[in-house]
Amino acid sequence: MDKFCSVSKIITEGKKKITICDDKRSQLIPILRQIQKKEGYISDRNMQNVAFSLGIHPVEVYSVVTFYSFLNTRKKGKHIIRVSNCVSSEMAGAKGIVKAFEKELGVKVGETTKDKKISLEETSCIGMCDQAPAALIDGKMVGRLTNKKVKSIVEELKK
Amino acid sequence: MLKKRKGPVIFSEIEPFAGLKRSLEIGRSEVLDRVRSSGIRGRGGAGFPTGVKWNLTATASDEKKYVICNADEGEPGTFKDRVLLIEYARLVFEGMVICAFAVGADEGILYLRGEYISLLPGLKEVLNKMRKDNQLGKNIFGKKGFCFDIKIRLGVGAYVCGEETSLIESLEGHRGEPRNRPPFPTNTGFNGHPTVINNVETFAAIAHIVLKGVDWFKSFGTDKSSGSKLISVSGDCRKPGVYEIPFGTTIKKILKMVDAKDTKAVQVGGASGICIAKKDFTRKIAFEDLSTGGSVIIFGKKRNLLNVAENFLNFFAEESCGQCTPCREGIPVLIERLKKIKNTKAAKGDIEDILSLSETMRLASKCGLGQTASDALTSILNNFKKEYILVKS
Repeated sequence: MDKFCSVSKIITEGKKKITICDDKRSQLIPILRQIQKKEGYISDRNMQNVAFSLGIHPVEVYSVVTFYSFLNTRKKGKHIIRVSNCVSSEMAGAKGIVKAFEKELGVKVGETTKDKKISLEETSCIGMCDQAPAALIDGKMVGRLTNKKVKSIVEELKK
Repeated sequence: MLKKRKGPVIFSEIEPFAGLKRSLEIGRSEVLDRVRSSGIRGRGGAGFPTGVKWNLTATASDEKKYVICNADEGEPGTFKDRVLLIEYARLVFEGMVICAFAVGADEGILYLRGEYISLLPGLKEVLNKMRKDNQLGKNIFGKKGFCFDIKIRLGVGAYVCGEETSLIESLEGHRGEPRNRPPFPTNTGFNGHPTVINNVETFAAIAHIVLKGVDWFKSFGTDKSSGSKLISVSGDCRKPGVYEIPFGTTIKKILKMVDAKDTKAVQVGGASGICIAKKDFTRKIAFEDLSTGGSVIIFGKKRNLLNVAENFLNFFAEESCGQCTPCREGIPVLIERLKKIKNTKAAKGDIEDILSLSETMRLASKCGLGQTASDALTSILNNFKKEYILVKS
């Protein structure tokens, strides 16, 4: 059985029972996540490899990778800061927080620091509106951000 | 130590797994009957009767069935599922196991939004404990032949995947584009098999319903909306957070509860919801009045509501999957007209255009995203005419 196959379907053809894998494609996103976790992004070559092992066209893999905002086709920083830009965060001063990050990092939103260490992004609501303004720092939810907190977060990431 | 929450249904006292034990005693058909009779409707916001969903999947003939928990909580302003998955994960999973027993499923999936990746270790720990205690796995609680396990799948940043068919597309390894319905997931769901998909909050109510009974559950809420609703309150108030209220609670009461003063407007239902003015604060949270997945955002008197509308539209422009033309092309036009209004260059005709385009988007978009993307804007334009000035054309 294929190594990506976690579920199989048994169909009966005459007296013979045949096991076919009907869940191969559904492993696509977990595989892409693993690659990104390891390499920081999903390269063209890796898209080809994944397509080959799943038996689908590379363009299909490309179309999936580019659909989701947490999958990247280009290398980003080792650390990713994602500031929530939802209404609650904005009311609590998210724009000022973004500016503070820009100042500390010396890059604009959507960019990565020259040493390729930290990327700064904005993202849709992260479900932390009760503790706005909030951000995801390498996937960790951090709320009630202040300029002071921004400074210490950046210092910590730069280490 | 977290403060213990209090509420009528989900936050009320319950012995762990007593609901599951009771379910195994009373049998499948009685569980299905209780869920249906309770009148519970989907807590994600759409409000489809849960009992109908379960019965359809239960009666579908297929050897393979799935139970999926939709934890792709992406509506701006909601965070109740985050709280449930941190503090009440066991209760949510118990609801899934009861569902699996009732519909005859052997595999469960928790679809967790990528933003909540930090919740993963805690959730896995709960699942492992359940496996150890025979609340998951083979012959659960000694019930011969009842085998069920839950795995967790992470989303990768797409609001639209909260729509159930788009969630399935994503699970199957495709772009998260909503499907045409019918067929419905109850018969043709994950990998083509019958699938129950419910919101985190819906599953969290199940053990309570089975154990404490239909009459108890129906004693909360209104005739058409039984039980309770978790609301996520944020914005201009002293006590933001998650609250459990019986259906039928007025906005006025909520504002008092969270200590909000000088409130100008309340956005009910997140970006896809509507913005109401003071005159409507007597309206109620219920499927027959203000229907919501639970997002309540409060705006004080100094807030500029046109900025709010713009924020929501930018959000939809970013999150539209691009499949349907009215949604993909309509949202940028709405943004352009809104900018015109903000620059006091818009005339009556612009408002008429917005309203007519909104109607087209509502009628011709496939999923809730496009259908509701204009609601915040139109409700702000209708309810807050003082916020903008029109020029004579």
